[in-house]
Amino acid sequence: MGTGFRRCDGSDLTGYLMRHMVTRLLAVLVLCLPALAHAAIDPALLQPLAGDDPDARVEAIARIAAIGNDDARKVLQALLDDELVATPAGQLLIVRDGQAVDPATNQTLALPDGADAIMVNNRLRGAARAALSGMALLAPEKGQRLAAATALQGSAPDPAQVPLLRRALERETDADIKLILRQLVATADLQAADPARRKAAVLSLADSGTPALRKQLQAMLAQNPDGSYVEADASLRVAAATTLAAIERRATRNDIIANMFYGVSLGSVLLLTALGLAITFGLMGIINMAHGELLMIGAYTTYLTQSLFRHYWPGAADWYLAAALPAAFVVAFAVGVALERSVIRWLYGNPLETLLATWGISLMLQQAVRTIFGAQNVEVANPAWMSGGVTVLGSLVLPFNRIAIIAFAALVVIAVWLVLNKTRLGLFVRAVMQNRRMADCVGVPTGRIDMLTFGLGSGIAGLGGVALSQLGNVGPDLGQAYIVDSFMVVVLGGVGQLAGTVLGALGLGEINKFLEPFAGAVMAKICILVVIIIFIQRRPQGLFALKGRAVD
Amino acid sequence: MKRTPFLFTRLGWTLLVLCTLGAALLPLLHLALPETHALHVSGYALGLFGKFMCYALAALALDLVWGYTGILSLGHGVFFALGAYAHGMYLMRSIGTEGSYGSRLPDFMVFLDWKDYPWYWAFTEHFAYCMLLVVLVPGLLAFVFGYFAFRSRIKGVYFSIITQAMTYAFMLLFFRNDTGFGGNNGFTDFKRILGFSITAPGTRVALYLATLAALVGALLLCRWIVGSKLGRVLAGVRDGESRLMFIGYNPLSFKLFVWTLSAVLCAIAGALYVPQVGIINPSEMSPANSIEMVIWVAIGGRGTLVGPILGAFAVNGLKSWLTAAFPELWLFALGLLFILVTLFMRKGIVGTLPALLPKAARRKEALQTEEETA
Amino acid sequence: MSMDMVKRAGVDTTHGAILYLEDITVSFDGFRALNNLNLDISVGELRCIIGPNGAGKTTMMDVITGKTRPTSGSAWFGQSHDLAQMTEYAIAHAGIGRKFQRPTVFEQHTVFENLELAMKMDKRVRPTLFARLSLEQEDRIAAIVRQIRLNGAEHRLAGLLSHGQKQWLEIGMLLMQEPQLILLDEPVAGMSDAETARTAELLNELRGKHSIMVVEHDMGFVAEIAQQGKVTVLHEGSVLAEGRMDEVQAHDRVIEVYLGR
Repeated sequence: MGTGFRRCDGSDLTGYLMRHMVTRLLAVLVLCLPALAHAAIDPALLQPLAGDDPDARVEAIARIAAIGNDDARKVLQALLDDELVATPAGQLLIVRDGQAVDPATNQTLALPDGADAIMVNNRLRGAARAALSGMALLAPEKGQRLAAATALQGSAPDPAQVPLLRRALERETDADIKLILRQLVATADLQAADPARRKAAVLSLADSGTPALRKQLQAMLAQNPDGSYVEADASLRVAAATTLAAIERRATRNDIIANMFYGVSLGSVLLLTALGLAITFGLMGIINMAHGELLMIGAYTTYLTQSLFRHYWPGAADWYLAAALPAAFVVAFAVGVALERSVIRWLYGNPLETLLATWGISLMLQQAVRTIFGAQNVEVANPAWMSGGVTVLGSLVLPFNRIAIIAFAALVVIAVWLVLNKTRLGLFVRAVMQNRRMADCVGVPTGRIDMLTFGLGSGIAGLGGVALSQLGNVGPDLGQAYIVDSFMVVVLGGVGQLAGTVLGALGLGEINKFLEPFAGAVMAKICILVVIIIFIQRRPQGLFALKGRAVD
Repeated sequence: MKRTPFLFTRLGWTLLVLCTLGAALLPLLHLALPETHALHVSGYALGLFGKFMCYALAALALDLVWGYTGILSLGHGVFFALGAYAHGMYLMRSIGTEGSYGSRLPDFMVFLDWKDYPWYWAFTEHFAYCMLLVVLVPGLLAFVFGYFAFRSRIKGVYFSIITQAMTYAFMLLFFRNDTGFGGNNGFTDFKRILGFSITAPGTRVALYLATLAALVGALLLCRWIVGSKLGRVLAGVRDGESRLMFIGYNPLSFKLFVWTLSAVLCAIAGALYVPQVGIINPSEMSPANSIEMVIWVAIGGRGTLVGPILGAFAVNGLKSWLTAAFPELWLFALGLLFILVTLFMRKGIVGTLPALLPKAARRKEALQTEEETA
Repeated sequence: MSMDMVKRAGVDTTHGAILYLEDITVSFDGFRALNNLNLDISVGELRCIIGPNGAGKTTMMDVITGKTRPTSGSAWFGQSHDLAQMTEYAIAHAGIGRKFQRPTVFEQHTVFENLELAMKMDKRVRPTLFARLSLEQEDRIAAIVRQIRLNGAEHRLAGLLSHGQKQWLEIGMLLMQEPQLILLDEPVAGMSDAETARTAELLNELRGKHSIMVVEHDMGFVAEIAQQGKVTVLHEGSVLAEGRMDEVQAHDRVIEVYLGR
């Protein structure tokens, strides 16, 4: 570490320092590891910090770090926080909130006169930071060690780090951190001078999945301009190629699993949005163009619930969903019933007229919401327990809110199945769906069944709206974005059977997600629309349809 | 004695000629009279009327498939827009180098860093070729779509929904910048057509008269078709398609014929629309737009040919007024229109008129029919 | 869309039979509506088909007219038309006319227009568009109108006719098609006695000029039109008995099935 380092901007410097400082510091640390003590810091170590010799100061930092205990950490942190002062006598003190603490003895003193803050330049800062993260690798707390290890993953590997990493590896007890440390060791070893070490490193890396690694392995397989290989050893190249293949396979597998998950997630959203439509269309043969607006009403109800909670019960703000769900269902149910009684009831048997009338209703509902709430989006936040995600397979993060929605969709489907198949209402609904005339003759109150079913379908749409509010923006146009997709699910899945809607939704979700990487979101959507139009050719009644002799 | 359709009666012809003359008079009032004159028709009003006539033509096309054949299309906007885009390609070419970038390529292509026109823009500098595109592209789309849809006997609401899907897909496609049609801005800033400045009063009048001619021509064509035996077959498709099959007609070919014709008429309407309005963008293909066309036909009276023309004028007139005076109310009004028409006025204005005729006229009519059947 | 049916010289009936149904089976999800049905009708014959409800009579007509495809078996119109391979409109064009159980006429059209639509001619798009009624064709329509006893009502909307008149209109439309084989599905259902009698008259006029298959429940009517012709009894999808009316009425199995002993 000479005096002739270049003046450059902070990040450059930090990187430079990180690479070399870590090595040196960890080297010192290792040497001092056996001598780990819990004593306060030897003043002799602290003194150079107050001095002027830059190299000595950096050495001092390394030695302080080597102690590896809390006191050392405090000193280094104080250095970074500009809390270190030096007395004229050369004693180093930490000043915080007007009080001075002697790091050597941990005693509080009065602040002597003439104490000056020590000069801290970028080099020192960098050294201190590097030292702290190095210490973190050996810290008693697992979280700190994990963070330090992960941070090191981000920087370029250095073979000189290896012995230090190995030491940390020996001491490490946690499996996850061990994995990272092993990878770090192996990555650093990739550039070792000894080919045997390099080979061992390559083979052991077959398990890892970090993208940076791929580049290195590919670099090993690359050719120089003159035709010779960068990596001279042929067997090593073979090993590198094998490992590379293993890594790529895993990456592909991860991608597929990611796509499958997101496909199921999208499918579950489609299911929630389309289920209500399938029920009303299956029962009454009418297409409700205002269905999207019922979704929107559910979402806005969620927004209102959230606002209420924030206003009146801020402490319980995270639990607003518990109230939003029933509220959205009830509101949407009520709106649906109102629509049915006022407009739709008069149009039975005229599916095309109903389509137009409900479109008119949809326009009015949208404009009403725009007038009341404004045309811009409103903010609905995920409750805390839904933020973040779970990491699987090393690099795949599955967001909690999507998992929650998948679970929710499953619950709703089960609930609907129960209602349709295990309740009296459900029995009547199925009867009317299969043969309205007969049901009428047998005494089923078809008028009321229609009303309740339409309400049920609308209520489910309301629930769908709650889910949508957790995923994206809530605005007056929310419904319009989902209505075409809902129709596609209904058309694809067929009506009259729950299984059809479920399969249709999941199928469309999966196809969409698998097409996206190839064609982009828009083309994927277009492809799907074309696919559906073609599918309908072969099977106009959809995947599952109520079979009967008269399906016209 | 066969009953004569209204339009072919003497009264019908007279009314038609009068209306046409009246409409043709407007540009005269625009050009000849000074602006301060009470009867002067402003350029804005003329343009508005021309636009309404384009809509009326589209409504007429829709009536042919819906009112007479019973096929409810919720995606006719795509044909309208494709016709407009086809013509727009020529108009964009005609801008020459007068765009913002001074390049021979349209502005949006320069913006995308394209070096030349894509292959599908070839020959579009020729007016005749673009006119061919106006007819062929939507026609072909309609033919292929219709063939597959009708062949698998998709009917009713299912068919309406997939027409929605079709126009939605095209809208998404045209919103992409990569598609080469101007992305979400579309085509605009036209400078000239066939050498004439597009904003010159003479050009405007010419376009107006062309639209009027197209509208009247289409009306006569549709009247002829609807009054012919084919028209009766179409009504058969609407009222009893399976019965028609058992008589020996293949509904597929008839539906396909009228569907394709309707698409072409709609495309022509679009082609006349774009130079008068000066802009075309993908929002014309939005599902909502196509559904709005349906209300023009429904309000005017489906199955009457004249009704949809009236309906297009009425609804768009209302729209122009409301969006200027009470913008918040327009969508409410439109929504309400949908509901009221389907609940109370299913036959539309022209359809319910005969019932509103004064009693004396109705009695006379009743007597006449009685005499005939005696 | 092949209209070469129009160009063929009609139905090949050189072997004397105009309709062969051989081992026709139609099953819907396991339920056999038709079960190895064998039937043939000779040229010029008037065959009556009777049988209890659910015997498969309407399904049989559906198979013949192409509305339903048989699961197995073959159906031939004359020697050369394989009915299982043809579309409904092609079958109709080839010369099979069907009258449905419920009168299905075009309610928004007049009687005249209904008959005009049904008239036998080239029914493709272009000819239809440019079709003009020749005097000969007008006469033909007038003749049929007289035959179905609707003269005077030519320009009345079909929707305004009485039930019986609608049935006759439908028969008239059938005749306009000039079919070789006429299928009548319960032609007198819902008719008054007088109307039934007139229908029987009409059918007797048609006998010999067309081959006719009549499905009916009204035994009096059947007795009147069957006369010496064959009567077929269907039961549970296949032929139970076949013979003259009196033979069939005395058949043990038939009595059992009908009266449920």
